[in-house]
Amino acid sequence: LDYQHVQVPFEITLWIMLASLAKIGFHLYNKLPPVVTESCLLIFVGLIMGGIIYGLNDRSPPVMDSDIFFLYLLPPIVLDAGYFMPSRPFFENIGTILLYAVVGTIWNVFGIGFSLYGICQVRAFRLQDVSLLHNLLFGSLIAAVDPVAVLAVFEEIHVNEKLHILVFGESLLNDAVTVVLYKLFRSFCEMPTIKTVDVFAGVGKFFVVGLGGVLVGLSFGFTAAFTTRFTKDIRVIEPLFVFLYSYLSYLTAEMFHLSGIVAIIACAMGMKRYVEANISLKSHTTVKYFMKMWSSVSDTLIFIFLGVSTIGENHEWNWPYICFTVIFCLVWRALGVLVLTFFVNRFHVNTITSKDQFIIAYGGLRGAICFSLVFLLPEFHRKKLFIAATTVVILFTVFVQGMTIRPLVDLLAVKRKRESAPTVGEQIHIRFLDHLLAGIEDISGHWGQYYWKDKLEYFNSKYLQKILLREYDQPKSSIVLLYEKLERKHAIELAEAGQLGHGPAHPSLLGFGFLCSSNDRTVRTDQKLEDTQNPDVLDNMQEILARNLYRIRRTGPAYNRHTLPGEPEPSEHAKEILILRHKSL
Amino acid sequence: SVSHSQITRLYSRFTSLDKGENGTLSREDFQRIPELAINPLGDRIINAFFPEGEDQVNFRGFMRTLAHFRPIEDNEKSKDQNGPEPLNSRSNKLHFAFRLYDLDKDDKISREELLQVLRMMVGVNISDEQLGSIADRTIQEADQDGDSAISFAEFVKVLEKVDVEQKMSIRFLH
Repeated sequence: LDYQHVQVPFEITLWIMLASLAKIGFHLYNKLPPVVTESCLLIFVGLIMGGIIYGLNDRSPPVMDSDIFFLYLLPPIVLDAGYFMPSRPFFENIGTILLYAVVGTIWNVFGIGFSLYGICQVRAFRLQDVSLLHNLLFGSLIAAVDPVAVLAVFEEIHVNEKLHILVFGESLLNDAVTVVLYKLFRSFCEMPTIKTVDVFAGVGKFFVVGLGGVLVGLSFGFTAAFTTRFTKDIRVIEPLFVFLYSYLSYLTAEMFHLSGIVAIIACAMGMKRYVEANISLKSHTTVKYFMKMWSSVSDTLIFIFLGVSTIGENHEWNWPYICFTVIFCLVWRALGVLVLTFFVNRFHVNTITSKDQFIIAYGGLRGAICFSLVFLLPEFHRKKLFIAATTVVILFTVFVQGMTIRPLVDLLAVKRKRESAPTVGEQIHIRFLDHLLAGIEDISGHWGQYYWKDKLEYFNSKYLQKILLREYDQPKSSIVLLYEKLERKHAIELAEAGQLGHGPAHPSLLGFGFLCSSNDRTVRTDQKLEDTQNPDVLDNMQEILARNLYRIRRTGPAYNRHTLPGEPEPSEHAKEILILRHKSL
Repeated sequence: SVSHSQITRLYSRFTSLDKGENGTLSREDFQRIPELAINPLGDRIINAFFPEGEDQVNFRGFMRTLAHFRPIEDNEKSKDQNGPEPLNSRSNKLHFAFRLYDLDKDDKISREELLQVLRMMVGVNISDEQLGSIADRTIQEADQDGDSAISFAEFVKVLEKVDVEQKMSIRFLH
């Protein structure tokens, strides 16, 4: 029995297997009320596992190594989030998101740090030796809202797009602030004296970290797009490039002490447009599926490890400190959201209502990032206290807040997101309005978001597309792409309904050209439309299309951990695959 | 109504555009704005400022057109139900956009008019046939009374899920 030889990969695989089986188990066993979120169940499983290991070995179970978390478990989730992030609402609300992420996090850090220091002064709690700097350090790691936890909970409650993007965007971008403050306070802890110069250096560092992350991400993203321009003959490894470049951007940013999360998001958002145009349809599907798969596994593992690490002798249970930590986290977040929203609403037409504010404040969940950061703290005599407090805060937010947020949302009847994808007409009219508003802005001399959007589009079409796209001489606007996609779907529906008949010839149907091509998404010109298989079929198709136009399938919410965007229900998807296979025979 | 500071700001913008310094703007004055030249809808937007058949627009007309793009304020929504609808109501905003489509002013967007706009917005690499299919589809989606054109009511219906109030507002016209 050569266990030593395979131990490490074997154990890793076993853990992943456990995570996946747990997931199957939850979906099979539907009897739990919908209130209990998946993350809660996973932590519970982790707790049980931890308990078992503790009981068997009589020592603390393996604590999740911070390196494993930051280097292997976190990147897939953030990449998934960044890649599928709907860019239009993100950039429309970028000001608000940045405000919440930066100012809100700083507010929380200092608020929590100072108030906990105040608590430490109370003699009865025996916490005198926890210095202000330690409290601020603790504040910096506990204040940040965690994207993993937020994602896990918010995808189950389906709030409207704007709210979702606000909380979600904030949770991703506050990483830059967290990184800077955490490292700053940690280095302060080790320095004998702190000069004001150091404080200013810290502030400057924040800009470097954030902007540097974006730059690193964008450069890797564009390099990835450029690389995919030449992959026409080796389609098989196209998906690999997407992942390699993204991971590299994360690691490079971390290497330079910049924000890895911001880098990977910038990379994903920057390359998405060009890569999708360059790679084949199959590669595209592969990329999407792998991303979902990895992020799903990571997500599950993180929560299980959280549960496992809770058991053990790592904690010092000083209940006053812990309770006050939880209270202050809630209070300061609520205050921060209130104050910031007040400012935001003065400048925006579309105000954030008080119901929305409640959801934003209540949805500020803490998760595994805090947990890993606390284990990374230097060893000092009060570290276990912090570990205990972090554990309780995370468990509280995930269990209590996570489980009660759905009933509360229902109670407050927050505006739910629209359930359908935009139709061709809508897409056209929206674009029309965009142009109109840009023009009006130019005339009135006001530079709003449309100005930057137009400028960016101009830059894009003039320079970027030429360099980064393989077939740049035939750019297609998103209206045409959407139309093609819908036509394709309809044609498939019709094929499935078995209504492919014969009729008079009608050569100019856009959709059929795409059905006949292989799944390769190279651009079709007019000439190729004519060499379709059977012109008779086309006309009948068109009539049938016309009759069936209102049967557009509904897509799910914009971001969902478990399904790809735009995916139909599993059973219809299966039918589609069958039909496509049937056609290729 | 627009606040005093905004009127001042708009007036200074008006005068800076008015190169001839005669208190009115002509089409050339608008066309001198560089960003407008690369806007696909540039000409139509400029035309929207000029009243029927005229070649000059004064400050009052300038303001009136821009007033469509004022944000809708909450306190305005409830008051004055009996008076005339304010220019920046959702309906009037949409009507402004509708008029940009509907050049012959027959209160319908015909297939031809839609094609023209599409052609402007989509670029030269799409064939006429493809564009025609898209236009047909758009009309089919919106058309409810079967006249193969989009009336104003149908136009409004297509955009009912879009947050027009926010989209068609320029913040600084508060």
